[in-house]
Amino acid sequence: MSQENMNNNAQHYLAEFDQFQETVERDWFSEQRQSALKLFIETGFPSSRLENWKYTDVRPIAKQSFSNVSTTTSITTEEIDAIRFQDIDCYELVFINGVYSKEHSRLDGLTENIVIENMADALAKDKDLLEKHLSQYADNNVSPFTALNTAFIQHGTYINVPKNTVVDKPINILYLSKDNAQPLATHPRNLVIMGEHAEATLIENYIGLDDANYFTNVVTEVSLSTASILKHYKIQQESVNAYHIGNLNVTQGKDSLFKSHSISLGGSLVRNDIYGQLAAEGASIVLNGLYMTDGKQHVDNHTRVDHLKPNTHSTENYRGVLNGKSRGVFNGKVVVHPQAQKIEAHQNNANLLLSDDAEIDTKPELEIYADDVKCSHGATVGQLDKNMLFYLRSRAIDEDTARSLLTYAFVNEIISDISLVPIKNRLEHLIIGQLPDAELIREFTNE
Amino acid sequence: MLEIQNLHTKIGDKEILKGLNLSIKAGEVHAIMGPNGSGKSTLANVLAGRDGYEVTQGSVEYEGKDLLELAPEERAWAGIFLAFQYPVEIPGVNNVYLLKAAVNAIRKNRGEQELDAVEFLALIKDKMKLVKMKDDLLSRSVNEDFSGGEKKRNEIFQMAVLEPKLAILDETDSGLDIDALKIVSEGVNSLRNEERSIILVTHYQRLLDYIKPDYVHVLSGGKIIKSGGPELALELEEKGYDWIVKDDKGENEAA
Repeated sequence: MSQENMNNNAQHYLAEFDQFQETVERDWFSEQRQSALKLFIETGFPSSRLENWKYTDVRPIAKQSFSNVSTTTSITTEEIDAIRFQDIDCYELVFINGVYSKEHSRLDGLTENIVIENMADALAKDKDLLEKHLSQYADNNVSPFTALNTAFIQHGTYINVPKNTVVDKPINILYLSKDNAQPLATHPRNLVIMGEHAEATLIENYIGLDDANYFTNVVTEVSLSTASILKHYKIQQESVNAYHIGNLNVTQGKDSLFKSHSISLGGSLVRNDIYGQLAAEGASIVLNGLYMTDGKQHVDNHTRVDHLKPNTHSTENYRGVLNGKSRGVFNGKVVVHPQAQKIEAHQNNANLLLSDDAEIDTKPELEIYADDVKCSHGATVGQLDKNMLFYLRSRAIDEDTARSLLTYAFVNEIISDISLVPIKNRLEHLIIGQLPDAELIREFTNE
Repeated sequence: MLEIQNLHTKIGDKEILKGLNLSIKAGEVHAIMGPNGSGKSTLANVLAGRDGYEVTQGSVEYEGKDLLELAPEERAWAGIFLAFQYPVEIPGVNNVYLLKAAVNAIRKNRGEQELDAVEFLALIKDKMKLVKMKDDLLSRSVNEDFSGGEKKRNEIFQMAVLEPKLAILDETDSGLDIDALKIVSEGVNSLRNEERSIILVTHYQRLLDYIKPDYVHVLSGGKIIKSGGPELALELEEKGYDWIVKDDKGENEAA
């Protein structure tokens, strides 16, 4: 796309923004919206000439004129029940085409001191708190998509768990996308503030229906105070014609733990970014990820962890299974800052290529400016192990089943680590469903 | 049961078997001995159907069928079992579920009723005693973090459960201490019967102290150069391979 076209598209977002502003009240956040939009218009969509976007060409997103107006914001009870977790009791927020659905959300039973609500409500009510946190952890300068999201903040999830409080049930957020009059862009914004010694489990689900064509541009900000714990799951099942850009930004206090599982199964063009700031001693981050792609899917996972203080820990384990003509990108960067002694950082990315036309670009990166550290990183790309295949076949397992089984065993390393059993079961179900001989394979899984 | 005639195989450009002949009847135990690189493991792998071996000449008939036409799993369905020299670790695949799937795949392909969980557990409980398998090995991933001895025991345990017609034991004795060797040998002996044939591929006479073969063959340079009864093994133990292999030294050493 020529520079001129890029600018034309900037014009589109300018017009969309004007229209958007008429629908939201002028408030304390208006100025920040405007400056974020200005920043986005100036930088435009990232070009693949930028190192950070080298393998991911976002022109398919840039050239479409996505609308910001949801024409479909309802869903039948049957439809939503088919999507919900049936075997897990959780607080649930439902968004349909980017718009919060009070009708389908379930927040009853929540103790008074915990806040879980739609971002739009929080913006109107909780100015004082939000002012301190919103847009403080995600940097508009780092990604134009974050700037674009900030300009359009309206719906999303705001969670505030006060000191010494444990949220008794997982918090499940469903972002559902359906056909819309015009292809839709949504900019969900999530903010999670965890007080000292607070604990919670958060699940972000992105689900596309009707093979719809749309663009999800989500930003999630997480602030973890001393000794707080957040277990985070992102399950991305966007439609085959959808674009998904996700930015997760975590800032961690002393002895806090952030444990993430990022599972990418859907989408046509997908980019997940995670930024972890280990900003105080004893903070730990665990990043687990899985991507399974087929057809012409393109899935890019970028992570960056900054060890800013001593005695911080990071562990990262991502696995990918690529089939068809799909393409995967993994870039995991760990930066150990000069004063961050006695830290530990381990990173691994393993990939399984199931077809000759599938492709993966993987790049683990370590930048170390301290001298007393324990770090490791590695990446592998391979096909199914021939010896394992032969062993299984010699034990009477037919070739197709043996292939499926080994593929499943490969991804199971990521799934088996999930402590929340209903999520694990759902993911197993989703993943096995993509393999032949699903029933047989289900029996093989190590429980 | 098994007729191997003039078998020639290559790996890449390298010829390994160079005209091997072997005939095995139901219920017989044949030991294939030979120096390293003589082609013993190649024979075991070709019979089980491993990729990468090209048969350039000759034939292998198993129960009157052309064995070389069959995929590895079809051979397993037909009753062939290979106990691996190096059993493969398969993380994430449960040992006992693999066995159940194997048993039922074989039964299904023979037109027999598949076993349910209860019937299957009854079957394996019995067989576990044969090789003194510990319970916890069952629920683990296939061979993952098993000791060398446990892996070999697991192979014989699988053999006991799958009840093959023709079992090929590829250096099952290597890496075993004497206690493990006894357990494995007892397991194999208890599986001997009039219908089941066994090929023992080994480098050492030691195994044959515990599993008495009906025939001993010396494989060298890709051919069987001498055959005899159990006494041949003792002779080999005493004199080494050199006295036989001498005649054969014009041949290339095979991998």
